[in-house]
Parts: sequence; structure tokens; C-alpha cells
Amino acid sequence: MASRVIMPKLTDSMEEGVVVKWRKAEGERVESGDVLAEIETDKAVMDLEAFASGTLRKILIPEGTTVPSGTLIGVIGEPDEDIRAILRTGTTSVVEGAPAAETSTSPRVRTLAREHGIDLGTVKGSGPGGRIVERDIEALLPKKGKPPVREIPLTQMRKAIVRMTTQSKAPVPHFYVNSEADMAEGLRLVEESKKQTARPHVSINHLVIAAAARALGQHPDLNAAFAGDSIRVFASIDIGVAVALEEGLIVPVLRDCGRKTLAQIVEEERALVTRARNRELSPEDYTGATFAISNLGMFDVGSFIAIILPPAAAVLAVGSVREVPVVRDGRIEAGFRLTLTLSCDHRVVDGAIAAKFLQTLKHSLEHPRDL
Amino acid sequence: MKLTYREALNQGLREEMRRDDRVFLIGEDVAYYQGAFKVSKGFLEEFGPRRVVDTPITELGFTGLAVGAAMAGLRPVVEVMTFNFAILALDQIVNHAAKIRYMSGGQVSVPLVIRGPGSAAHQLAAQHSQSLEAWFCHVPGLKVVAPATPHDAKGLLKSAVRDDNPVIFLEAQLLYPSQGEIEEGEHTIPIGEADVKRQGTDVTIIAYSKMLLVALDAAERLAQEGIQAEVVDPRTLRPLDIAALAASAKKTGRVVIVEEGWPFAGLGAQIAESLYRRVFDYLDGPIVRVTGRDVPMPYARNLEDAAVPDADRVVDAVHQALYRK
Repeated sequence: MASRVIMPKLTDSMEEGVVVKWRKAEGERVESGDVLAEIETDKAVMDLEAFASGTLRKILIPEGTTVPSGTLIGVIGEPDEDIRAILRTGTTSVVEGAPAAETSTSPRVRTLAREHGIDLGTVKGSGPGGRIVERDIEALLPKKGKPPVREIPLTQMRKAIVRMTTQSKAPVPHFYVNSEADMAEGLRLVEESKKQTARPHVSINHLVIAAAARALGQHPDLNAAFAGDSIRVFASIDIGVAVALEEGLIVPVLRDCGRKTLAQIVEEERALVTRARNRELSPEDYTGATFAISNLGMFDVGSFIAIILPPAAAVLAVGSVREVPVVRDGRIEAGFRLTLTLSCDHRVVDGAIAAKFLQTLKHSLEHPRDL
Repeated sequence: MKLTYREALNQGLREEMRRDDRVFLIGEDVAYYQGAFKVSKGFLEEFGPRRVVDTPITELGFTGLAVGAAMAGLRPVVEVMTFNFAILALDQIVNHAAKIRYMSGGQVSVPLVIRGPGSAAHQLAAQHSQSLEAWFCHVPGLKVVAPATPHDAKGLLKSAVRDDNPVIFLEAQLLYPSQGEIEEGEHTIPIGEADVKRQGTDVTIIAYSKMLLVALDAAERLAQEGIQAEVVDPRTLRPLDIAALAASAKKTGRVVIVEEGWPFAGLGAQIAESLYRRVFDYLDGPIVRVTGRDVPMPYARNLEDAAVPDADRVVDAVHQALYRK
């Protein structure tokens, strides 16, 4: 059981004292009655005796320092004893003989510690007599007065998205080109497809994927990646199709789109999306896209700008098909337009190449029966 | 509309006297002189001498008269020129007004309001500067109300007149000229309901009557140091809205109680005890009280100022409660 060594009040008039010399060292064994230190008072130099036996665990003030009577200047205890509690007690009121509580805490602190599972053992109290008060544990508490904030730990998917987008946006010099396609024919094709019940019907997105595949076939420079000191052009057109999931997004890849018909693209895309939603995708399924398409048309978005999925050189952002006023032969009519925004890596793709690609893509979309 | 505390009382009492012709005002100089502090200005003219009654200097006598009138079915409002003089009427207040309903087994009630200034003004000296709310709060059978603002004064006076129990209604001479916003039209404030006059998070300051204004003043100064004080006005002292006071204390964890009366056995001691019973586990430290000094009120202005709590002392008390010294 540890005990306190305090600066004594050796005479009535003594307010403070100086340790002239410590006669025992930290770690030294002391017996009750041993002289621990020589104390200079207002009148003389007197001996401070130990009132307990044990090891002098701690010397708290160096020789020559003046401290008020009652100040904790040392601790005697067992060699392996936890003396943190006693070290917290600081100054005692020697005159009134008020007992210093060992781990004095305010009632509020005790309640808060209990409610929030806080261990007060390591907290230092700043109140009177070393009392732990609210401000001493404020840093450990949820912020007062503000509405609680929800902390959502990052899922592996979210971490991957963080990695991918930061790795893309920071080092990749993005530039953007957009275009509008007349979707009158495309809509007609989609409607016809819906009337056939046998297999999954064609959607606008499928048309975009197929059109992009054709366009990449004609503009192979876009089916590439920046490789540090070279540009890597890929032989296979592997298009990543962004799929929104509850916890984020994943981009499964449609392989070798250059050699697939529209019908094949439709079937494979649907199968991939189903597997994505059932969390059945393996890493081979969602890595290695040479080009990516992200479609927010189902949310009635006019247009948006996507971030390139590395290591590809471009990504196509697709909005919704909108009925808008258009000019035909000098007259204003109603028409159906789809906005496409292409984000490109300027290290691989220049503006003209991007624009020509988009022209081809737009033409394909406007003549969907050729897909 | 903006009114003074005095005008608010005038308006409130006038409305009640128009509403119910059993209500009458009785006291020294209330009729012809229109009130020692002009609270009953214009009343004699409007209501006549049967409903606005001047009395000789005999508090025990006219308070007893009012108790009798109340027992007989009228609703008297007794004006005491200050509550120091009500000491002379204590037998009628404590032994009669407060107890007749109980002692008659509920057969007779005493719907009585005793109103007037109940704290110090300037240099009125020892016998005319006392804050005696603790005495009245001690007595079962009495209600005690101490509004600090014109809005509260009007609403609570109307409620006091309509209450079938004897109500001690504590005003303050130095509050009569103070101004405040009052909502238009008929409004009463329930007896027994506290009011948070200033929202805050760091400390709860409980203060009533004149001391509420001192507390708000201190809160402004504390805000400049980044301390957000919540100031709660009990408004009714008995029955005390301890739930509201406790809710604030639980929120902030630190309480300072400000009262003008003497420290030993003052009302703040009861408020503290009531709070300790309810929110002990939420207090970050002992409740700190700021009170009038434990002396008869001095006459000399500088000593009087030293004897009454001011914003400096409240700010110091808050620092103490926050362990900042």
C-alpha cells in the first residue's frame, strides 16, 4: 500500500520548505524512521523521516526547489505497485487535515465514464486535490451539443473506390469532350425489342456499349493506357460497365466487345450485372477494363463527368434520353437527345482524337440498326 | 408592445378588475395617491372607492380585513408598501391566510394576493431592504411568485388573482422602471413554471427577480470569455419548478444560484438541496451560491453595493464552478 511523502509543516510559521538534500534515492529501500531528506524551513534545516517502510518509488522535486507545505514530494511503496493514483493527488491541505481522496472524481465524470466505457485510470485530474472533472475527459467524450455523427467504416469496396479514383484523378490529366446524339432510332429499336419476350431486351445502355465498341475499333488509339514511358494499345476491347450497388459501385468488364454482336452484348451485360448484384464477381471479372462506361440515365441525369478508371485512357459518362426542342431544317421541333461526356487522359489522347471518336460513337448511336 | 414593469402590473391588475368585479385593491396610498410606486395609477378614477381602498398604516389590520373578505367570497389584492412592512402582518398571512383552508377541511378558501416590493432599493437601510422570500416559501399553504420582467409580471399577476390560494407576489422597487416586450392581448403565465431566459451549455445560473438581470449581465460578460451560461428564472418560488431547474443542471453539470437574501437558510440553500437529490450524478462539482452578505443592510452606498450580489460576483462564481481560478 503506497504512501505519500509530503513537504511537512515543521513549525507553526512554516508555509513552505526546500529539500536541501535527498538522503535516499529512487528505488532505494527505506524503513519507517529513516531520514529521507533534509528540509530547510524558515528557521533551520531539519530531517524529514519516513513514516512508512518500503521502496522510495518516486522523488518528485529536485534538491533546491521550494514548495508549499503539503505538496507531494515523494511516494513510498512496493517495487511493483501501481502508484498512479497517489501521484494524482498533488497537494494536500496540511492545516485542516482534509483527507486527499485517492482517485477523486466528480459525480458527473463517474456517470459519463460509466456511460461511455471510459477507463479513468489514466486520466489526470485538474480539479482541487487532483479531482478528475469533466474537462479532463472532454477529449474522450462525444462532442457536446452537436448532433451525433455517424461513422461508417470503409468497406473493402469503398476502399477500392477510394484507391481507384484518387489514383486516377490526382496524377491523370483529365480533359472532357461532350456530344449529343439523336436517339429517335435508338428508342424505336428499344421499343421493338421490348415487344419480344424471349430474352432480355435491348436498352439504351446496350446501344451505347455496342456503339462504343465499334468506335473503339475504328479509333484504337483510345483503347490504350499510359505506361510511364510508353503508351500501351490493347488488342482486345474490354469495356467496363459501372454497376451501382448499395454500398458503392463496381465495374464488371465485358470482354472482347469488338467481336460481339449487339445481342451478345445484351446477354452478357445482363448476366454480369446479375452476378454483380449477387456479389458473385471474381477479381478477373472486374479488372483490366480498357475503356469504361458509366450511365446515370436511370436517375434522370442530363449529363455528368466521370473519373477515368485506371489504367484505361478514357471513360464515357451517359445521361438520360431527353425530349428537348431541336432545330431541324431551320425549324424547332421536339427531338430525343442523349448527352455523352468523354473524359480522357491527355497523356494518351488528344482533343482531336477524342472528338473524332465521339463523332463515330454518335453516328453509331444514331444508326443503331447497324450495330 | 413595450411597457415598464410598473405599467405591466397596472395593465394586468386593471384587466383582472374589469374581468371580475369581486377583485379589489386595498393598501396604503393605493387610491387617492395612485400607489406609492404608481402601480395603481388611474384605478380610483376607473373603479371607484369601493374597489380601490386606502387604509391607515396598519398592515396587520388591513391584511386581516382582506383575509376576511376573501373568506367571504371577494378576491382582494393587498398592496404592502414593501414586504418589510408585511412582517407586521405575518400572523394574518401565516396563521390565517395560509392555514384556513386546511383547518376548515377545505370548506373555506382564501383567494388573496399580497403584492409589493420585496427586496432592496437604494440606501433604504437595514429595516427597509430585506429579501424575505425564504420565510414565505417555508410555509405550506402559501404560493410565492417573483417575476423579473414586465412580461412575466403581467402574466403572473393575472394568474395570481385568479388563483384560489393566498399568493405572495414579490416585486422590486428597482424593477418598476425596467422595460420589456409584452405580447398584445390576453395572456397569463402559469404559476409554478420556470423560464429559460438564456440558453447555454457550460453552466446553469439560477436567478430570480432583480438578480435575474444581474445574472443575464454576467452571462453576457462570460460569453466574451467563451463561456456559454444558461440562465434559468424560476419565476415561481413556491411551488418550485424543480424539474426545469434539474434538467438544465443535468445538461450543463455546473450550477450557480444567485439570490439577494441572506445566505444561511436562504432560498438558494433549498434549491441546491432539491437539485442535489435529483442530479447529483451529473454535477461536475459543488453548487455555488451567490447571496446577499450576512449582515443587516448598510445605509452607506458603498457598503450597500458590497452587500448585494453584482455581475462581478456571479462571474467569479461561474469561474469557481468551472474550476477556473
